[in-house]
Amino acid sequence: MTILVNEVRRGFYMDSVALMRISRSVGAMPGVKGAALMIGSVTNKALMRDAGLLGATGEDAGPNDLVLAVRAESEEAATTALSSAAGLLDKPPSVGQGASEWLPKTLDTAVQQLPGANLVLISVPGEFATAEARRALRRGLNVLMFSDNVPLADEVALKQEAQQRGLLMMGPDCGTAIIGGTPLAFANEVPRGSIGLVGASGTGLQEVSTLIGRSGAGVSHAIGVGGRDLKEAVGGITTLMAIDALDRDPGTEQIVIISKPPAPSVAKRVLQRVGESRKPVTVCFLGVDDMALPANAVLVSDLRSAAERALGGGRLPWSDRPTVAALAATVGAGRQRIAGLFCGGTLCGEAQLMLRRAGLAVSSNAPVTGVATPKEAPGAHRLLDLGDDEYTVGRPHPMIDPSLRDDMVRAAFTDPEVGVVLVDVVIGYGAHDDPATDLVAVLPAAAERGAVVIASVCGTDQDRQGYARQVGILRDAGVVVAPSNAHAAELAAELAGALAAAGGSSR
Amino acid sequence: MTDIASRIEAANREAHRRMLGADPVLVDVMLARDAIPNLPPRTVLHAGPPISWERMCGPMRSAVAGALVFEGWASDLAEAETVAASGGVRFEPNHHYDGVGPMTGITTPGVAVLVVENRAFGNRAFCTVNEGMGNVMRFGGNDQEVRDRLAWIAGVFGPAVGAALRRRGGVPLKGLIARGLTMGDEMHMRNAACTGLILRELAADLAEVAPADLGRMLRFISGNDMFFLNIAMAMAKAVAAPAHGIPYATVVTTMARNGTDFGIRLSSTGDAWFTGPAQMARGLLFAGFTEADGNPDIGDSCITETVGLGGCAMAASPAVVGFVGAGALSDAIGYTRSMSEITVGPNPEWTMPTMAMAGVPTAIDVRKVLSTGILPVINTAITNRQPGRGQIGAGIVNPPLECFQQALMRFAEVHGAL
Amino acid sequence: MEVDKLLNTEVRVINVGLRAFAQDLESRKSPVVHVDWSPPPASSVKFGSLLDRLGV
Repeated sequence: MTILVNEVRRGFYMDSVALMRISRSVGAMPGVKGAALMIGSVTNKALMRDAGLLGATGEDAGPNDLVLAVRAESEEAATTALSSAAGLLDKPPSVGQGASEWLPKTLDTAVQQLPGANLVLISVPGEFATAEARRALRRGLNVLMFSDNVPLADEVALKQEAQQRGLLMMGPDCGTAIIGGTPLAFANEVPRGSIGLVGASGTGLQEVSTLIGRSGAGVSHAIGVGGRDLKEAVGGITTLMAIDALDRDPGTEQIVIISKPPAPSVAKRVLQRVGESRKPVTVCFLGVDDMALPANAVLVSDLRSAAERALGGGRLPWSDRPTVAALAATVGAGRQRIAGLFCGGTLCGEAQLMLRRAGLAVSSNAPVTGVATPKEAPGAHRLLDLGDDEYTVGRPHPMIDPSLRDDMVRAAFTDPEVGVVLVDVVIGYGAHDDPATDLVAVLPAAAERGAVVIASVCGTDQDRQGYARQVGILRDAGVVVAPSNAHAAELAAELAGALAAAGGSSR
Repeated sequence: MTDIASRIEAANREAHRRMLGADPVLVDVMLARDAIPNLPPRTVLHAGPPISWERMCGPMRSAVAGALVFEGWASDLAEAETVAASGGVRFEPNHHYDGVGPMTGITTPGVAVLVVENRAFGNRAFCTVNEGMGNVMRFGGNDQEVRDRLAWIAGVFGPAVGAALRRRGGVPLKGLIARGLTMGDEMHMRNAACTGLILRELAADLAEVAPADLGRMLRFISGNDMFFLNIAMAMAKAVAAPAHGIPYATVVTTMARNGTDFGIRLSSTGDAWFTGPAQMARGLLFAGFTEADGNPDIGDSCITETVGLGGCAMAASPAVVGFVGAGALSDAIGYTRSMSEITVGPNPEWTMPTMAMAGVPTAIDVRKVLSTGILPVINTAITNRQPGRGQIGAGIVNPPLECFQQALMRFAEVHGAL
Repeated sequence: MEVDKLLNTEVRVINVGLRAFAQDLESRKSPVVHVDWSPPPASSVKFGSLLDRLGV
């Protein structure tokens, strides 16, 4: 059985496309065999007649009237459909979704939208990053490639192409840069000044630039080069270009170079280039404290020393440093080991250097020269780089989401051997909104800890998380906050030494 | 940039420059046999890429049969089918003769064609006169009513409009279309504003050259919102043609469909067509019709998209986007923006008020289509699979990807880039 | 040298990838346009090296 129902609204007009949309949704209702909402023009009525939708009521409609027609399996279905159609007719037009801003999908349209664009920041998955970088270089744009897992051959090809074009190819795996005061990727708000930085390490650049900034000086540019730039295969292409550029830059009065120990041939080339500069240069090849340098260069082996050197040579002070004895008194019996839990890879490396220098046995999942892996030295002090691939597969880097560290921090306090928990807190762009609060939340009550927590905060007061605010939150929770990562590691080493001596154990 | 890449960039800029530099003027209405140079005898021009009688869809076969009777090459429709099937006429795409035609696009020597001259480049392009809605040849209509109307257009309407145009030295179209864009037309699915504008341009001259038939002629134009479509198509063909034949250009200079295949041609690969199966349009259907009633995509009208109108200019015409979505202005703008991802650049003379007077994205680059996976968006009428029943809805359709893949491969072969 | 221009003019960034990097720059009013990047379509993967040579 089929029921045909017509309804006419006199003197009603609506755009035919809108009517078709309503017809379609009404036609799709259960039990409805056909539906049409049409203005009653002669042609429209003919169409409806052919479709078996026009009854006597509808025939009566004129060109200024709207016909609502439904053919349905039952009276009930027809009535429901008609009232639904009426409801849709009377509904105010929706503003429409997707009224949000439009984003370009390709580099070419982005360039049209941002005339004068001069840098492309690439953080797509590594397998796609090379193609994007090549597009950027071919369009005369500098590149900062945050992406990692890019084949070494691609890196070499991209850097050679950039070099030919006189463009800067920062990265792959470049986490940090500050160009003319603009922080890019994981970087901090640092006052502008005359110190130019070149770094193969992201957190290394962050630590040095913020130490400079918090000391009242400033940075002209901090150029990241990517973790592999100083490997033999890449040959330091970007490092050399960056030194060239900073050497020419009138706003840069001195240069600081930060890297893991480079390949010897690359180190030679870099130092040769350093020697051609008239500007004073501080060279920090982390952990290297003996190397022949040109006359205008000074060698330092850790990040703090690099900052100190750039700031004029004085030691960075720590006026309220607690005494080791006072700290040792709060540590539970038998607890002697340092558990270092780091978000910043280079900060972890620097801490290893400090412990090694203090004569302690150190292990790490990201060991610097002379340091064992935890497997090799299970009883040694253990400093973990939680940004390492083994921890970050399928989850965000701990700088973005420090909760990765939460369970390990909790576990450190339940480990009866751990007497010192050493951590870094990295703030700035890209980093978590309030990492100090996040850390404090997982600490046991101060009286029940049985271990000392020593931290440093990498950032400035101009960062949105606020250096002073983060330090305050940590101190309020009984955390010892050192003025630098190196200071923190040094204190941890001293304390561990004291605990070992008191416990009569020799590690 | 590699040598070939920079040559392509330069060639594409030239193709874009030629499209933008066009000066299309509607100059005349003539019989096809007089207007179209070198049209061979007993030739039926059709929409889209080349196709044999055997592979033609129903509406196109039906229109062919009607055209054969109209031309007197067959005495009735049954005989016409026999003639067509036995090689008694020659089939060729409109595009091979600087022509275009909507839907079936059937053009024979005795029908009237609009003549658009591109005065910047000296070339001409042709398109039949829009017959109105319903039972018309472009939808496969072929009965006496259809043939009588064609005869009236060829014998009365065409000559009068031709005389009116010649009398006033033609109607320049670039500015008229620019105005249409600001009045809600995108010149493919919506031509209401430009139809009004051209009527206004022609009315006085028509009254003076053909007072006797004036009423019917004015009603013929004003009763059909799509009257201007065919003018826009001839205009677009006249604009696109000079951009064809530029070595190294990866710009698409033809897009057309015959109801069976979709075909494109590239500026730098000569006469070669790159084809794939014509798709079904997505959109809204008139009351009483279902998807199954629709014919696959057909017609040369996507020449409008080839020069930055139609789907490329969707933002100018929010009314049209209602056929495929909620009809929000932002949706319309989204279509236009996505077309800017695959085109060489905007046309600063054809601007859209809804996008702060940004120019319509113009000159589709086959490289960009393939690298982004964004296919050109074509606004289109959906025709009834049953011949002569007319339009059953409207929507959007994309060319099949394989057209662009073939085009790129041929480009690479021709330019030694493999 | 292009590098020198970069160091001596305002940095104007096109961000391809993590949206947060663009938002960080927006928050400090540095000029940035974020690209709504998606992995290349199958059509491009198939023709990847050719398209690369042809400059897209």
